[in-house]
Amino acid sequence: MSLVAFRDVEKTYASRSGRPYTAIRGFDLDLAAGEFFCLLGTSGCGKTTVLNMLAGFEHPSGGTMTVRGRPVRGPGRDRGVVFQGNDSLYDWLTALENIALGPRLSGLPAAERRERANHYLSLVGLAQQGGKYPSELSGGMQQRIQIARALANDPDILLMDEPFGALDAQTRTTLQAELLRIWQATRNCVLFITHDIDEAVTLATRIGVMRAGPASTLKAVIDVDLAPEDRVRTSERFMAVYRRVHALLSDEVTLAALQAH
Amino acid sequence: MATLALRAAPAAVSAWRSTLTGAAATLAGFASLFVLWHLASVYLVGSALFPPPLRVLARGIELARDGSLLDNVSVSLGRILAGFAIGSACGVVIGFVLGAVAPARRVLEPYTEFLRFIPATALITVAVIWFGIGESSKIFLIAYTTVFIVIINTAAGVASINRNKVRAALCLGATRPQLFVHVLLPAATPYVLTGMRIAMANSFTTIVAAELVAANDGLGKMLWDARLFMLVDDIFVALICLGFLGFSADRLFRWAILRFARRFSPVM
Ligand SMILES: Nc1ncnc2c1ncn2[C@@H]1O[C@H](COP(=O)(O)OP(=O)(O)OP(=O)(O)O)[C@@H](O)[C@H]1O
Ligand SMILES: [Mg+2]
Repeated sequence: MSLVAFRDVEKTYASRSGRPYTAIRGFDLDLAAGEFFCLLGTSGCGKTTVLNMLAGFEHPSGGTMTVRGRPVRGPGRDRGVVFQGNDSLYDWLTALENIALGPRLSGLPAAERRERANHYLSLVGLAQQGGKYPSELSGGMQQRIQIARALANDPDILLMDEPFGALDAQTRTTLQAELLRIWQATRNCVLFITHDIDEAVTLATRIGVMRAGPASTLKAVIDVDLAPEDRVRTSERFMAVYRRVHALLSDEVTLAALQAH
Repeated sequence: MATLALRAAPAAVSAWRSTLTGAAATLAGFASLFVLWHLASVYLVGSALFPPPLRVLARGIELARDGSLLDNVSVSLGRILAGFAIGSACGVVIGFVLGAVAPARRVLEPYTEFLRFIPATALITVAVIWFGIGESSKIFLIAYTTVFIVIINTAAGVASINRNKVRAALCLGATRPQLFVHVLLPAATPYVLTGMRIAMANSFTTIVAAELVAANDGLGKMLWDARLFMLVDDIFVALICLGFLGFSADRLFRWAILRFARRFSPVM
Protein backbone atom coordinates (compact mmCIF):
# COMPACT_ATOMS: atom_id res chain seq x y z
CA MET A 1 0.00 0.00 0.00
CA SER A 2 1.33 3.41 -0.86
CA LEU A 3 1.83 6.04 1.80
CA VAL A 4 -0.15 8.71 -0.03
CA ALA A 5 -2.84 8.10 -2.64
CA PHE A 6 -4.69 10.70 -4.71
CA ARG A 7 -7.59 9.09 -6.60
CA ASP A 8 -9.49 11.06 -9.22
CA VAL A 9 -9.10 14.21 -7.11
CA GLU A 10 -10.73 17.42 -8.26
CA LYS A 11 -10.44 20.93 -6.88
CA THR A 12 -12.80 23.65 -7.97
CA TYR A 13 -12.38 27.11 -6.49
CA ALA A 14 -15.39 29.36 -6.09
CA SER A 15 -13.77 32.51 -7.42
CA ARG A 16 -14.87 35.87 -6.13
CA SER A 17 -15.84 37.10 -9.60
CA GLY A 18 -18.53 34.42 -9.86
CA ARG A 19 -17.36 31.75 -12.32
CA PRO A 20 -15.92 28.72 -10.49
CA TYR A 21 -12.46 27.63 -11.58
CA THR A 22 -11.46 23.97 -11.74
CA ALA A 23 -7.72 23.88 -11.07
CA ILE A 24 -7.31 20.10 -10.80
CA ARG A 25 -9.42 17.31 -12.29
CA GLY A 26 -8.93 13.54 -12.35
CA PHE A 27 -5.66 13.82 -10.47
CA ASP A 28 -4.03 10.49 -9.53
CA LEU A 29 -0.78 10.15 -7.63
CA ASP A 30 0.85 7.57 -5.36
CA LEU A 31 3.74 8.36 -3.06
CA ALA A 32 5.77 5.62 -1.44
CA ALA A 33 7.54 5.85 1.91
CA GLY A 34 11.09 7.13 1.57
CA GLU A 35 10.80 8.59 -1.91
CA PHE A 36 11.66 12.13 -2.96
CA PHE A 37 8.96 13.23 -5.37
CA CYS A 38 9.31 16.51 -7.24
CA LEU A 39 6.20 18.05 -8.72
CA LEU A 40 7.02 20.24 -11.71
CA GLY A 41 4.71 22.43 -13.70
CA THR A 42 4.17 25.83 -15.23
CA SER A 43 3.07 28.72 -13.05
CA GLY A 44 -0.59 28.48 -12.09
CA CYS A 45 -1.03 24.84 -13.12
CA GLY A 46 -2.09 23.76 -9.64
CA LYS A 47 1.02 22.54 -7.81
CA THR A 48 0.28 24.49 -4.64
CA THR A 49 -3.32 23.30 -4.85
CA VAL A 50 -2.14 19.68 -4.72
CA LEU A 51 0.17 20.35 -1.79
CA ASN A 52 -2.40 22.38 0.15
CA MET A 53 -4.93 19.56 -0.19
CA LEU A 54 -2.47 16.97 1.07
CA ALA A 55 -1.46 19.28 3.92
CA GLY A 56 -5.14 19.54 4.84
CA PHE A 57 -5.38 23.31 4.26
CA GLU A 58 -7.85 22.87 1.38
CA HIS A 59 -10.49 20.19 0.87
CA PRO A 60 -10.84 18.40 -2.47
CA SER A 61 -14.08 19.05 -4.35
CA GLY A 62 -14.13 15.44 -5.54
CA GLY A 63 -12.26 12.15 -5.43
CA THR A 64 -10.40 10.69 -2.48
CA MET A 65 -7.07 11.47 -0.89
CA THR A 66 -5.59 9.16 1.71
CA VAL A 67 -2.48 8.93 3.90
CA ARG A 68 -1.78 5.36 5.07
CA GLY A 69 -5.25 4.48 3.82
CA ARG A 70 -6.98 7.10 5.95
CA PRO A 71 -8.74 10.03 4.30
CA VAL A 72 -7.14 13.44 4.95
CA ARG A 73 -9.45 15.58 7.09
CA GLY A 74 -7.21 18.50 8.04
CA PRO A 75 -3.65 19.42 8.95
CA GLY A 76 -1.83 16.97 11.19
CA ARG A 77 1.56 16.17 12.64
CA ASP A 78 2.10 13.27 10.21
CA ARG A 79 2.58 15.85 7.42
CA GLY A 80 5.21 18.52 8.00
CA VAL A 81 5.11 21.61 5.81
CA VAL A 82 7.91 23.95 4.75
CA PHE A 83 6.38 27.16 3.43
CA GLN A 84 7.74 29.24 0.59
CA GLY A 85 8.26 32.45 2.52
CA ASN A 86 9.65 33.03 6.01
CA ASP A 87 6.35 34.32 7.39
CA SER A 88 5.48 31.04 9.09
CA LEU A 89 8.34 31.30 11.59
CA TYR A 90 7.38 32.73 14.97
CA ASP A 91 9.18 36.05 15.44
CA TRP A 92 8.78 35.87 19.20
CA LEU A 93 10.57 32.53 19.52
CA THR A 94 14.28 31.90 19.03
CA ALA A 95 15.40 29.55 16.28
CA LEU A 96 15.73 26.78 18.84
CA GLU A 97 12.31 27.50 20.35
CA ASN A 98 10.75 27.49 16.87
CA ILE A 99 12.19 24.04 16.25
CA ALA A 100 11.12 22.83 19.70
CA LEU A 101 7.53 24.00 19.27
CA GLY A 102 6.20 20.76 17.74
CA PRO A 103 7.60 18.57 20.53
CA ARG A 104 6.41 21.13 23.05
CA LEU A 105 2.84 21.01 21.69
CA SER A 106 2.87 17.22 21.97
CA GLY A 107 3.92 17.47 25.61
CA LEU A 108 7.52 16.29 25.48
CA PRO A 109 9.42 17.24 28.68
CA ALA A 110 11.58 20.36 28.41
CA ALA A 111 14.93 18.58 28.57
CA GLU A 112 14.00 16.10 25.85
CA ARG A 113 12.61 18.66 23.46
CA ARG A 114 15.65 20.81 23.95
CA GLU A 115 17.87 17.90 23.05
CA ARG A 116 15.67 17.10 20.07
CA ALA A 117 15.64 20.69 18.83
CA ASN A 118 19.41 20.91 19.19
CA HIS A 119 19.80 17.70 17.19
CA TYR A 120 17.82 19.10 14.26
CA LEU A 121 19.49 22.47 14.58
CA SER A 122 22.86 20.84 14.01
CA LEU A 123 21.39 18.67 11.27
CA VAL A 124 20.62 21.83 9.27
CA GLY A 125 24.06 23.23 10.10
CA LEU A 126 23.02 26.01 12.47
CA ALA A 127 24.26 24.61 15.78
CA GLN A 128 25.63 28.03 16.82
CA GLN A 129 22.57 30.07 15.86
CA GLY A 130 19.92 28.55 18.14
CA GLY A 131 19.59 31.64 20.35
CA LYS A 132 18.86 34.05 17.52
CA TYR A 133 15.43 35.30 16.55
CA PRO A 134 14.16 34.73 12.99
CA SER A 135 14.60 38.42 12.14
CA GLU A 136 18.29 38.06 12.97
CA LEU A 137 18.79 35.23 10.46
CA SER A 138 19.36 35.33 6.70
CA GLY A 139 16.75 34.01 4.27
CA GLY A 140 18.66 30.78 3.77
CA MET A 141 19.03 30.26 7.52
CA GLN A 142 15.31 30.89 7.99
CA GLN A 143 14.48 28.16 5.49
CA ARG A 144 16.83 25.78 7.32
CA ILE A 145 15.02 26.55 10.56
CA GLN A 146 11.71 25.81 8.84
CA ILE A 147 13.05 22.47 7.62
CA ALA A 148 14.40 21.63 11.08
CA ARG A 149 11.10 22.63 12.67
CA ALA A 150 9.15 20.34 10.37
CA LEU A 151 11.60 17.45 10.86
CA ALA A 152 11.70 17.79 14.66
CA ASN A 153 8.08 16.64 14.70
CA ASP A 154 9.12 13.45 12.93
CA PRO A 155 6.51 13.59 10.14
CA ASP A 156 5.87 10.71 7.72
CA ILE A 157 5.79 13.13 4.83
CA LEU A 158 7.57 16.42 4.30
CA LEU A 159 5.69 18.86 2.06
CA MET A 160 7.76 21.64 0.54
CA ASP A 161 6.29 24.36 -1.70
CA GLU A 162 9.15 26.00 -3.59
CA PRO A 163 11.08 26.33 -0.32
CA PHE A 164 14.15 27.79 -2.03
CA GLY A 165 12.25 29.93 -4.54
CA ALA A 166 13.12 33.23 -2.90
CA LEU A 167 16.84 32.50 -2.41
CA ASP A 168 19.80 33.48 -4.55
CA ALA A 169 21.34 30.84 -6.83
CA GLN A 170 24.33 30.17 -4.59
CA THR A 171 22.37 29.71 -1.37
CA ARG A 172 19.91 27.62 -3.32
CA THR A 173 22.59 25.19 -4.49
CA THR A 174 23.96 24.90 -0.97
CA LEU A 175 20.55 24.23 0.49
CA GLN A 176 19.74 21.64 -2.18
CA ALA A 177 22.88 19.75 -1.22
CA GLU A 178 21.98 20.08 2.47
CA LEU A 179 18.46 18.85 1.87
CA LEU A 180 19.74 15.87 -0.06
CA ARG A 181 22.13 15.01 2.77
CA ILE A 182 19.37 15.38 5.38
CA TRP A 183 16.97 13.29 3.32
CA GLN A 184 19.56 10.55 2.95
CA ALA A 185 19.87 10.54 6.75
CA THR A 186 16.17 10.66 7.60
CA ARG A 187 14.57 9.02 4.54
CA ASN A 188 11.27 10.82 4.96
CA CYS A 189 8.86 10.79 2.07
CA VAL A 190 9.18 14.23 0.47
CA LEU A 191 6.77 16.01 -1.85
CA PHE A 192 8.75 18.91 -3.24
CA ILE A 193 7.26 21.56 -5.51
CA THR A 194 9.40 23.54 -7.90
CA HIS A 195 9.31 25.00 -11.37
CA ASP A 196 13.07 24.67 -11.75
CA ILE A 197 14.02 21.56 -13.76
CA ASP A 198 17.61 21.68 -12.46
CA GLU A 199 16.39 21.57 -8.91
CA ALA A 200 14.05 18.67 -9.62
CA VAL A 201 16.72 16.55 -11.32
CA THR A 202 19.21 17.34 -8.55
CA LEU A 203 16.88 16.22 -5.77
CA ALA A 204 14.22 13.80 -6.93
CA THR A 205 13.91 10.07 -7.08
CA ARG A 206 10.81 10.66 -9.21
CA ILE A 207 9.60 13.70 -11.09
CA GLY A 208 5.96 14.34 -11.91
CA VAL A 209 5.23 16.86 -14.66
CA MET A 210 1.83 18.54 -14.54
CA ARG A 211 -0.22 19.78 -17.45
CA ALA A 212 -1.06 23.44 -17.81
CA GLY A 213 -4.37 24.38 -16.16
CA PRO A 214 -7.32 24.50 -16.02
CA ALA A 215 -8.36 20.97 -15.00
CA SER A 216 -4.73 19.93 -14.72
CA THR A 217 -3.49 16.40 -14.09
CA LEU A 218 -0.15 14.64 -14.07
CA LYS A 219 1.15 14.42 -17.61
CA ALA A 220 3.99 12.01 -16.94
CA VAL A 221 6.09 10.61 -14.10
CA ILE A 222 9.79 9.96 -14.66
CA ASP A 223 12.04 7.82 -12.50
CA VAL A 224 15.31 9.56 -11.76
CA ASP A 225 17.83 6.81 -11.25
CA LEU A 226 20.94 8.88 -10.68
CA ALA A 227 23.85 8.09 -8.41
CA PRO A 228 24.82 10.91 -6.00
CA GLU A 229 27.90 11.75 -8.09
CA ASP A 230 25.70 12.14 -11.18
CA ARG A 231 23.53 14.79 -9.56
CA VAL A 232 25.48 17.67 -11.07
CA ARG A 233 24.92 19.57 -14.30
CA THR A 234 28.22 18.42 -15.76
CA SER A 235 27.09 14.78 -15.73
CA GLU A 236 25.84 13.36 -19.02
CA ARG A 237 23.23 11.25 -17.25
CA PHE A 238 21.94 14.36 -15.46
CA MET A 239 21.54 16.15 -18.79
CA ALA A 240 19.72 13.18 -20.31
CA VAL A 241 17.07 13.35 -17.59
CA TYR A 242 17.02 17.13 -17.84
CA ARG A 243 16.27 16.98 -21.58
CA ARG A 244 13.44 14.49 -21.10
CA VAL A 245 11.78 16.64 -18.45
CA HIS A 246 12.40 19.77 -20.45
CA ALA A 247 10.69 18.28 -23.52
CA LEU A 248 7.65 17.30 -21.43
CA LEU A 249 7.45 20.70 -19.82
CA SER A 250 8.05 22.95 -22.80
CA ASP A 251 4.84 21.81 -24.55
CA GLU A 252 2.94 22.84 -21.45
CA VAL A 253 4.70 26.19 -21.29
CA THR A 254 3.66 26.87 -24.89
CA LEU A 255 0.12 25.77 -24.10
CA ALA A 256 -0.06 27.97 -21.01
CA ALA A 257 1.22 30.93 -23.01
CA LEU A 258 -1.40 30.33 -25.72
CA GLN A 259 -4.17 30.15 -23.12
CA ALA A 260 -3.04 33.40 -21.60
CA HIS A 261 -3.81 35.19 -24.88
CA MET B 1 29.98 29.56 24.78
CA ALA B 2 32.99 31.63 25.87
CA THR B 3 33.17 33.50 22.57
CA LEU B 4 29.45 34.14 22.77
CA ALA B 5 29.79 35.73 26.20
CA LEU B 6 32.71 37.83 25.00
CA ARG B 7 30.76 39.09 22.06
CA ALA B 8 27.71 39.80 24.19
CA ALA B 9 29.63 41.97 26.65
CA PRO B 10 30.41 44.99 24.41
CA ALA B 11 26.84 44.91 23.07
CA ALA B 12 25.50 45.10 26.62
CA VAL B 13 27.83 47.98 27.43
CA SER B 14 26.78 49.97 24.39
CA ALA B 15 23.11 49.26 25.18
CA TRP B 16 23.67 50.67 28.66
CA ARG B 17 25.46 53.65 27.26
CA SER B 18 22.62 54.48 24.88
CA THR B 19 20.11 54.08 27.73
CA LEU B 20 22.13 56.52 29.84
CA THR B 21 22.43 59.05 27.01
CA GLY B 22 18.69 58.75 26.46
CA ALA B 23 17.97 59.37 30.15
CA ALA B 24 20.35 62.34 30.21
CA ALA B 25 18.63 63.87 27.17
CA THR B 26 15.23 63.44 28.78
CA LEU B 27 16.46 65.07 32.00
CA ALA B 28 17.96 67.97 30.04
CA GLY B 29 14.63 68.40 28.25
CA PHE B 30 12.76 68.59 31.54
CA ALA B 31 15.31 70.96 33.05
CA SER B 32 14.96 73.35 30.10
CA LEU B 33 11.17 73.19 30.46
CA PHE B 34 11.42 74.34 34.09
CA VAL B 35 13.96 77.05 33.25
CA LEU B 36 11.71 78.42 30.49
CA TRP B 37 8.75 78.28 32.82
CA HIS B 38 10.68 80.22 35.44
CA LEU B 39 11.81 82.86 32.94
CA ALA B 40 8.32 83.27 31.52
CA SER B 41 6.73 83.53 34.94
CA VAL B 42 9.21 85.93 36.56
CA TYR B 43 10.29 88.15 33.66
CA LEU B 44 7.52 87.90 31.07
CA VAL B 45 4.28 87.69 33.05
CA GLY B 46 5.29 88.74 36.54
CA SER B 47 1.86 88.03 37.98
CA ALA B 48 0.67 85.97 40.93
CA LEU B 49 -1.66 84.19 38.51
CA PHE B 50 1.32 82.43 36.88
CA PRO B 51 3.57 81.20 39.72
CA PRO B 52 7.19 80.21 39.02
CA PRO B 53 8.24 76.56 39.46
CA LEU B 54 9.97 77.05 42.81
CA ARG B 55 6.86 78.52 44.40
CA VAL B 56 4.79 75.64 43.03
CA LEU B 57 7.36 73.24 44.42
CA ALA B 58 7.19 74.90 47.84
CA ARG B 59 3.40 74.71 47.81
CA GLY B 60 3.61 71.11 46.67
CA ILE B 61 5.83 70.25 49.62
CA GLU B 62 3.43 72.01 51.95
CA LEU B 63 0.47 70.07 50.57
CA ALA B 64 2.45 66.86 50.72
CA ARG B 65 3.30 67.55 54.39
CA ASP B 66 -0.32 67.90 55.46
CA GLY B 67 -1.12 64.70 53.56
CA SER B 68 -3.82 66.14 51.31
CA LEU B 69 -1.75 65.93 48.12
CA LEU B 70 -0.93 62.28 48.58
CA ASP B 71 -4.59 61.58 49.37
CA ASN B 72 -5.78 63.26 46.20
CA VAL B 73 -3.12 61.64 44.04
CA SER B 74 -3.72 58.17 45.39
CA VAL B 75 -7.49 58.52 45.10
CA SER B 76 -7.26 59.54 41.42
CA LEU B 77 -4.63 56.95 40.66
CA GLY B 78 -6.64 54.23 42.40
CA ARG B 79 -9.70 55.06 40.30
CA ILE B 80 -7.65 55.02 37.10
CA LEU B 81 -6.01 51.71 37.93
CA ALA B 82 -9.27 50.01 38.90
CA GLY B 83 -11.16 51.23 35.82
CA PHE B 84 -8.21 50.64 33.54
CA ALA B 85 -7.74 47.08 34.80
CA ILE B 86 -11.42 46.23 34.36
CA GLY B 87 -11.59 47.91 30.94
CA SER B 88 -8.40 46.27 29.70
CA ALA B 89 -9.41 42.81 30.89
CA CYS B 90 -12.83 43.04 29.20
CA GLY B 91 -11.29 44.67 26.12
CA VAL B 92 -8.71 41.91 25.62
CA VAL B 93 -11.30 39.13 25.94
CA ILE B 94 -13.85 40.81 23.66
CA GLY B 95 -11.09 41.86 21.24
CA PHE B 96 -9.88 38.28 20.86
CA VAL B 97 -13.41 37.03 20.22
CA LEU B 98 -13.97 39.80 17.68
CA GLY B 99 -10.69 39.15 15.93
CA ALA B 100 -10.99 35.38 15.80
CA VAL B 101 -14.69 34.68 15.30
CA ALA B 102 -16.18 36.30 12.21
CA PRO B 103 -19.88 35.94 13.18
CA ALA B 104 -19.16 37.49 16.57
CA ARG B 105 -17.52 40.38 14.78
CA ARG B 106 -20.66 41.08 12.82
CA VAL B 107 -22.87 40.90 15.90
CA LEU B 108 -20.65 43.00 18.15
CA GLU B 109 -19.45 45.54 15.61
CA PRO B 110 -22.50 47.84 15.98
CA TYR B 111 -21.79 48.06 19.71
CA THR B 112 -18.14 48.94 19.35
CA GLU B 113 -18.58 51.14 16.30
CA PHE B 114 -21.44 53.09 17.87
CA LEU B 115 -20.30 53.38 21.46
CA ARG B 116 -16.72 54.33 20.78
CA PHE B 117 -17.91 57.63 19.35
CA ILE B 118 -19.66 58.56 22.59
CA PRO B 119 -16.83 59.96 24.71
CA ALA B 120 -16.65 59.06 28.37
CA THR B 121 -16.87 62.73 29.31
CA ALA B 122 -20.30 62.84 27.69
CA LEU B 123 -21.36 59.96 29.91
CA ILE B 124 -20.36 61.62 33.20
CA THR B 125 -23.87 62.87 33.83
CA VAL B 126 -25.42 59.48 33.22
CA ALA B 127 -22.75 57.76 35.29
CA VAL B 128 -23.45 60.02 38.25
CA ILE B 129 -27.19 59.44 37.98
CA TRP B 130 -26.66 55.67 37.76
CA PHE B 131 -23.82 55.14 40.19
CA GLY B 132 -23.85 58.23 42.37
CA ILE B 133 -20.95 60.52 43.21
CA GLY B 134 -18.77 57.75 44.76
CA GLU B 135 -16.07 55.50 43.38
CA SER B 136 -18.19 53.35 41.09
CA SER B 137 -19.13 56.15 38.70
CA LYS B 138 -15.44 57.04 38.15
CA ILE B 139 -14.36 53.46 37.75
CA PHE B 140 -17.20 52.90 35.30
CA LEU B 141 -16.13 55.89 33.20
CA ILE B 142 -12.47 54.86 33.10
CA ALA B 143 -13.40 51.28 32.23
CA TYR B 144 -15.71 52.61 29.52
CA THR B 145 -13.07 54.82 27.95
CA THR B 146 -10.50 51.99 28.09
CA VAL B 147 -12.51 49.08 26.82
CA PHE B 148 -13.18 50.19 23.23
CA ILE B 149 -9.62 51.22 22.48
CA VAL B 150 -8.32 47.91 23.80
CA ILE B 151 -11.01 45.97 21.89
CA ILE B 152 -10.20 47.60 18.58
CA ASN B 153 -6.43 47.20 18.94
CA THR B 154 -6.66 43.61 20.15
CA ALA B 155 -9.03 42.64 17.34
CA ALA B 156 -6.74 44.29 14.80
CA GLY B 157 -3.80 42.36 16.23
CA VAL B 158 -5.61 39.04 16.03
CA ALA B 159 -6.92 39.72 12.53
CA SER B 160 -3.47 40.68 11.27
CA ILE B 161 -1.90 37.33 12.14
CA ASN B 162 -0.33 35.75 9.14
CA ARG B 163 -2.19 32.72 7.78
CA ASN B 164 0.94 30.61 7.47
CA LYS B 165 1.73 31.04 11.18
CA VAL B 166 -1.62 29.47 11.99
CA ARG B 167 -1.20 26.74 9.37
CA ALA B 168 2.31 25.91 10.58
CA ALA B 169 1.03 25.45 14.14
CA LEU B 170 -1.77 23.17 12.96
CA CYS B 171 0.79 21.07 11.04
CA LEU B 172 2.82 20.82 14.22
CA GLY B 173 -0.23 19.32 15.89
CA ALA B 174 -1.60 22.34 17.78
CA THR B 175 -5.06 21.97 19.29
CA ARG B 176 -7.39 25.00 19.36
CA PRO B 177 -6.36 26.08 22.88
CA GLN B 178 -2.69 25.56 22.01
CA LEU B 179 -3.12 27.66 18.87
CA PHE B 180 -4.48 30.44 21.07
CA VAL B 181 -1.73 30.27 23.69
CA HIS B 182 1.22 29.74 21.36
CA VAL B 183 0.28 31.79 18.30
CA LEU B 184 -2.68 34.17 18.68
CA LEU B 185 -1.78 35.49 22.12
CA PRO B 186 1.90 36.28 21.51
CA ALA B 187 1.24 37.64 18.01
CA ALA B 188 -1.40 40.04 19.33
CA THR B 189 0.48 41.16 22.46
CA PRO B 190 2.18 44.24 20.97
CA TYR B 191 -1.16 45.42 19.61
CA VAL B 192 -2.83 44.88 22.98
CA LEU B 193 -0.10 46.87 24.76
CA THR B 194 -0.35 49.68 22.23
CA GLY B 195 -4.11 49.85 22.79
CA MET B 196 -3.62 49.94 26.55
CA ARG B 197 -1.06 52.72 26.20
CA ILE B 198 -3.50 54.92 24.30
CA ALA B 199 -6.29 54.01 26.73
CA MET B 200 -4.11 55.01 29.69
CA ALA B 201 -3.69 58.49 28.22
CA ASN B 202 -7.45 58.74 27.76
CA SER B 203 -8.01 57.64 31.35
CA PHE B 204 -6.24 60.76 32.62
CA THR B 205 -8.54 63.02 30.61
CA THR B 206 -11.57 61.16 31.81
CA ILE B 207 -10.68 61.07 35.50
CA VAL B 208 -10.02 64.80 35.69
CA ALA B 209 -13.23 65.63 33.87
CA ALA B 210 -15.24 63.30 36.11
CA GLU B 211 -13.68 64.61 39.31
CA LEU B 212 -14.16 68.21 38.22
CA VAL B 213 -17.86 67.62 37.86
CA ALA B 214 -18.68 65.14 40.56
CA ALA B 215 -16.32 64.03 43.31
CA ASN B 216 -15.37 64.59 46.93
CA ASP B 217 -11.66 64.08 46.39
CA GLY B 218 -9.02 63.45 43.74
CA LEU B 219 -6.86 65.71 41.59
CA GLY B 220 -9.84 66.96 39.58
CA LYS B 221 -11.64 67.97 42.75
CA MET B 222 -8.45 69.68 43.96
CA LEU B 223 -8.39 71.70 40.72
CA TRP B 224 -12.02 72.67 41.13
CA ASP B 225 -11.68 73.75 44.76
CA ALA B 226 -8.54 75.74 43.98
CA ARG B 227 -10.44 77.60 41.27
CA LEU B 228 -13.24 78.46 43.72
CA PHE B 229 -10.77 79.97 46.20
CA MET B 230 -8.36 81.34 43.59
CA LEU B 231 -5.50 79.18 44.88
CA VAL B 232 -3.43 79.37 41.71
CA ASP B 233 -0.43 77.64 43.28
CA ASP B 234 -2.61 74.65 44.17
CA ILE B 235 -3.86 74.46 40.58
CA PHE B 236 -0.30 74.26 39.33
CA VAL B 237 0.60 71.59 41.86
CA ALA B 238 -2.31 69.48 40.59
CA LEU B 239 -1.33 70.08 36.96
CA ILE B 240 2.27 69.07 37.58
CA CYS B 241 1.14 65.93 39.38
CA LEU B 242 -1.07 64.96 36.44
CA GLY B 243 1.73 65.50 33.98
CA PHE B 244 4.16 63.52 36.05
CA LEU B 245 1.78 60.60 36.62
CA GLY B 246 0.78 60.44 32.97
CA PHE B 247 4.37 60.60 31.84
CA SER B 248 5.41 57.79 34.19
CA ALA B 249 2.51 55.56 33.13
CA ASP B 250 3.25 56.15 29.46
CA ARG B 251 6.94 55.42 29.93
CA LEU B 252 6.05 52.17 31.64
CA PHE B 253 3.97 51.08 28.67
CA ARG B 254 6.54 52.21 26.16
CA TRP B 255 9.16 50.22 27.95
CA ALA B 256 6.91 47.14 28.02
CA ILE B 257 6.06 47.44 24.32
CA LEU B 258 9.68 47.88 23.27
CA ARG B 259 10.69 44.99 25.46
CA PHE B 260 8.05 42.74 23.96
CA ALA B 261 8.45 44.05 20.44
CA ARG B 262 11.93 42.61 20.44
CA ARG B 263 10.45 39.17 21.05
CA PHE B 264 7.06 39.66 19.47
CA SER B 265 6.06 40.78 16.00
CA PRO B 266 7.64 44.05 14.92
CA VAL B 267 4.95 46.70 15.10
CA MET B 268 7.22 49.48 16.29
N1 LIG C 1 -8.12 30.38 -3.36
C1 LIG C 1 -8.26 30.38 -4.70
N2 LIG C 1 -9.38 30.87 -5.27
C2 LIG C 1 -9.53 30.87 -6.60
N3 LIG C 1 -8.65 30.40 -7.46
C3 LIG C 1 -7.51 29.89 -6.97
C4 LIG C 1 -7.25 29.86 -5.56
N4 LIG C 1 -6.05 29.30 -5.38
C5 LIG C 1 -5.57 29.01 -6.60
N5 LIG C 1 -6.44 29.35 -7.56
C6 LIG C 1 -6.26 29.15 -9.00
O1 LIG C 1 -5.94 27.79 -9.21
C7 LIG C 1 -4.89 27.68 -10.15
C8 LIG C 1 -3.74 26.89 -9.56
O2 LIG C 1 -3.17 27.65 -8.52
P1 LIG C 1 -1.89 27.14 -7.73
O3 LIG C 1 -1.59 28.14 -6.70
O4 LIG C 1 -2.12 25.75 -7.28
O5 LIG C 1 -0.78 27.19 -8.87
P2 LIG C 1 0.76 26.81 -8.81
O6 LIG C 1 0.99 25.69 -9.76
O7 LIG C 1 1.18 26.59 -7.41
O8 LIG C 1 1.43 28.11 -9.41
P3 LIG C 1 2.84 28.81 -9.03
O9 LIG C 1 3.92 28.00 -9.65
O10 LIG C 1 2.74 30.15 -9.68
O11 LIG C 1 2.92 28.88 -7.54
C9 LIG C 1 -4.50 29.09 -10.57
O12 LIG C 1 -5.07 29.35 -11.83
C10 LIG C 1 -5.11 29.96 -9.51
O13 LIG C 1 -5.55 31.15 -10.10
MG1 LIG D 1 2.42 27.69 -6.03
